[in-house]
Amino acid sequence: MSILIKLSTTLRDLVPGYDPETGLLVTPKEEESSLTAGELARRIGIPHEEIKIVMVNGRQSGLESPVRDGDRVAYFPAVGGG
Amino acid sequence: MFRFLRVNMATKSCVFEDIPEEYAGLGGRALTSTIVAREVNPICTPLGPHNKLVFAPGLLGATNSPNSNRISVGCKSPLTEGIKESNSGGQPGGHLAKLGIMAIIVEDMATEGEWWQLEISKDSAKLVPSTVAGLNNFDAVAKLVEQYGKDCSYVTIGRAGEFKLTAASIAFTDRELRPQRHAGRGGVGAVMGSKGLKAIIINPEGGKNHALVDEEGFKAASKRFAKALTSHPVTGKGLAEYGTAVLVNILHEAGGLPTRNFTCGQFEHHEAVSGERMNQLTKERGGEGAVAHGCMSGCIIRCSGIFPDENGKFKSKWPEYETLWCFGPHSNIDDLDLICTFDHMCDDIGVDTIDVGVAVGVAMAGGGIPLGDGKAVMEAMKGISEGTPLGRIIGCGTATTGRVFGVRRVPCVKGQSLPAYDPRAVKGVGVTYATTPMGADHTAGYAVTANILNCGGYVDPLKKEGQIELSRNLQIATASVDSVGLCLFTAFAILDIPDALAAIVDMLNAKYGWKLTGDDVVTLGQRILSTEIDFNRRAGITEAADHLPDFFSDEPVAPHNTTFDITPEELQTTFNWIKK
Repeated sequence: MSILIKLSTTLRDLVPGYDPETGLLVTPKEEESSLTAGELARRIGIPHEEIKIVMVNGRQSGLESPVRDGDRVAYFPAVGGG
Repeated sequence: MFRFLRVNMATKSCVFEDIPEEYAGLGGRALTSTIVAREVNPICTPLGPHNKLVFAPGLLGATNSPNSNRISVGCKSPLTEGIKESNSGGQPGGHLAKLGIMAIIVEDMATEGEWWQLEISKDSAKLVPSTVAGLNNFDAVAKLVEQYGKDCSYVTIGRAGEFKLTAASIAFTDRELRPQRHAGRGGVGAVMGSKGLKAIIINPEGGKNHALVDEEGFKAASKRFAKALTSHPVTGKGLAEYGTAVLVNILHEAGGLPTRNFTCGQFEHHEAVSGERMNQLTKERGGEGAVAHGCMSGCIIRCSGIFPDENGKFKSKWPEYETLWCFGPHSNIDDLDLICTFDHMCDDIGVDTIDVGVAVGVAMAGGGIPLGDGKAVMEAMKGISEGTPLGRIIGCGTATTGRVFGVRRVPCVKGQSLPAYDPRAVKGVGVTYATTPMGADHTAGYAVTANILNCGGYVDPLKKEGQIELSRNLQIATASVDSVGLCLFTAFAILDIPDALAAIVDMLNAKYGWKLTGDDVVTLGQRILSTEIDFNRRAGITEAADHLPDFFSDEPVAPHNTTFDITPEELQTTFNWIKK
């Protein structure tokens, strides 16, 4: 089991080799059973100040939200359109 | 120096007139809606002689304020049968403002089959027989440029407008004289066509920025507003880099990207039609492509990009998110180049990308076009210009198409198609779709901000709580922004940076010598909405029309499996300042 990470726009540049089609699969270590979205971001090299929106399984969450095996976590900088 | 230009298509009279007292202090949408509400009989036939077509730049037009040269177009809509304000970027708004023309009011109709063009310069205006009848927008403008030169700006309709199709748009040239900024919604192009008016040529020579009551005060406030725009990550950088197409991936992630005619909230090929992909291809192909392109003078947001083909030649402007969505996920097409071709065809033929793109997906749902068949869509699109039966059907928009093909899910409110946010997963914008007097329109109260983008606070998009208040406040604010002539995208900065609104109020006060406060902006927005709603009531559109089609409350949409559960009774509390 692992966590699927999806990145948007400029955040992709912070993770070398990120493939937008497949996203990034991260397997938490056993001792990371209480991993948060913020810790996960740091682990792949994305500073918190770059993140405006976090979605866990399609629902808005915060950096403090717990993430678990099998989750899909998406990070976005400030984006807007219309 | 401020005046109206009143044009009568039957008598060919073009008269500059002083601005009547009752219209003083109004601009943009406030002005078009007030003129339409006062001067147009609400029960008139929209494509008949009693309708009027009004063009108005905003209150901050022809100033050094950033992003303030938009133009509003107003009339009774042949699509919704209610009042319409549709606004656009491009150069004509700024040019009209510089000439001191705060509104053009086009009345009556020319003899059927005759086409005229309106020449406007500093001290004269006249109607002459059109030299470009029968041409679509790009050919028409190219020919007009040969005739009138590169310093003018141009307002045209394509063949869809000539055919009076109810999704026809009005095109406004951008800084490179491309007719690809449009007043798209509500069939305003059909109204222009019904009048026999093919083109407007605006020669800005001798025009100038408006006099300011307090020059220093204006300069300081304008600087503060520019700072707010450049310092906000969306208006300062994001929109320039990715255009509005940046929304494809985030709406997919949020489960609010309507797919295959609103049967699912996610599209498996979202990445192929995303803003990120568009940015990447634009940069890789280079040539005439451009990232960070402004559609009008004074724009510092620069969202409008130019998409190049494989050889680096101009293919289209960057399609907006809504265009990518309706010709893409909604129609089960994942070919970005093809979608850009459709975008360009819409600009050229002169139709609303939303109402026609949504019509394409609805035709697919009804078997009129094979699902996801790009070639068939291409033929149907060509058919709009050729006047084929299928072309005329989709050119009349989603409601007509749904009716013709017997479709159960026709995503329209008041006859106008829903844009690119599933109201079951982005409920705030669902309230706006249902209640705005314009017919389904995301820009009328863009609750996606707080629902999805974490801008201007946060309201859970999947719950009903807080959505009505959110939509109400945004609809009020938007009516004001549309009246000032500001690009709606300035709202991202306005919602997050308190000084941005204060700076706008200070600019208005410094320009006109007014003493407005922030509260007056709210009052103005409410007044505009009240005027528009009153027109609709007199046109026979009651609050019973303020609801979404029932499939949104019947059918849960994946992945969140939510329905639109805000009841019609609750929706009727949106405009709570209006006495019933």
